[in-house]
Amino acid sequence: MTGSSTRTILICSGKGGVGKTTLTANLGIALASQGVRTAVLDADFGLRNLDLLLGLENRIVYTAQEVLAGNCRLEQAMVKHKLQPNLALLPAGNPRMLEWLKPEDMQKIVGLIQPHFDVVLIDAPAGIEDGFKNAAAAADEAIVVTTPEVSAVRDADRVIGLLNTRGVEPIQLVLNRVRPKMMQSQEMLGVTDVTDILALPLLGLVFEDEQVIVSTNRGEPLTLNGSSSPAAIAYRNVAKRLQGEEVPLPDPTKQRRGLRAKMRQLMQTKLF
Amino acid sequence: MTLREMIDRLLGRQQASATTAKHRLQLVLAHDRSDLNPDLMEQMRREILEVVNRYVELDLEGGDVSLETEERATALVANLPIRRVRDDVLPQVPAVQ
Ligand SMILES: Nc1ncnc2c1ncn2[C@@H]1O[C@H](COP(=O)(O)OP(=O)(O)OP(=O)(O)O)[C@@H](O)[C@H]1O
Ligand SMILES: [Mg+2]
Repeated sequence: MTGSSTRTILICSGKGGVGKTTLTANLGIALASQGVRTAVLDADFGLRNLDLLLGLENRIVYTAQEVLAGNCRLEQAMVKHKLQPNLALLPAGNPRMLEWLKPEDMQKIVGLIQPHFDVVLIDAPAGIEDGFKNAAAAADEAIVVTTPEVSAVRDADRVIGLLNTRGVEPIQLVLNRVRPKMMQSQEMLGVTDVTDILALPLLGLVFEDEQVIVSTNRGEPLTLNGSSSPAAIAYRNVAKRLQGEEVPLPDPTKQRRGLRAKMRQLMQTKLF
Repeated sequence: MTLREMIDRLLGRQQASATTAKHRLQLVLAHDRSDLNPDLMEQMRREILEVVNRYVELDLEGGDVSLETEERATALVANLPIRRVRDDVLPQVPAVQ
């Protein structure tokens, strides 16, 4: 949609609360620490949270709103992360922006950001209404986040349909909040169940991980401090795969050793 | 089919919820993707049966028209058991000017 060499990637899901903002923050930091100049754009104007997850909420002076109105320069509004200067956030403006924001406005903002960065991540709002459509208007490619639950997968499918008609490509999948034990006992949709249904390549697999909540409390994304918790590793690997590196995906059905795990695995053997 | 699904079936047990979830999703997505609401679907089903019924006698009870989906492609699948071919249908010869 845009001619520049900067990759502009929409992070979306349809269903709310599946982990878009968490992924945007962690992927942003992970990319930045791998040397990629990364901008994260909070396009959830109604319920902005990306600033909080990145621990930047106290450093916001201007927002996308002032940039659009011409009341400040882009550089004044972008908040650079102190510990990871390759990452900068463009905060969402006042929720009232929703009333007048147009797809062209998003394109304009992204057009201003692109020359200074290698990757722009756009944190989309939940839903498939105007807020989502505005966010999608400026994106070339997309990452769809979902959880292995029927409602999240159904909503993801709706979003994928909309992205397809808009020519957003490639679209890749991040499966979040995977519980290996439940998958082993077939009480949670399996990884291939979801990828088969949605017919998207899998960019990442993130396990349910308490450390996500701990890091959110602190405003320090897991990828910031070399954490080796499962989610931190998963987010770092998403960043690597996004850059073309081949990193094997974990197999949730082979997570635990011992007799019970072996038994569960046996029960999942495909007979035909 | 997995081993667990096989055992569940043999014992007449409720299947694992992931299997149920997958089947329910496949059905609901077929409808979502086709954007046909249930009323239109029912109307289309009736009209298809009507047309086919002109040519062959159908077992209307056993008939089934549904949408199925796989790999983001949706297909209209009709399963219409035929009782007998009607011998009273005349081929419609297009009128020659
Ligand atoms: N892998 C995970 N393990 C545990 N908790 C998680 C995980 N991913 C996300 N969460 C939690 O789920 C909640 C929702 O996450 P997040 O805010 O990132 O979702 P969202 O899709 O951006 O929501 P919204 O649609 O409201 O913008 C948060 O409380 C977050 O801490
Ligand atoms: Mg969010």
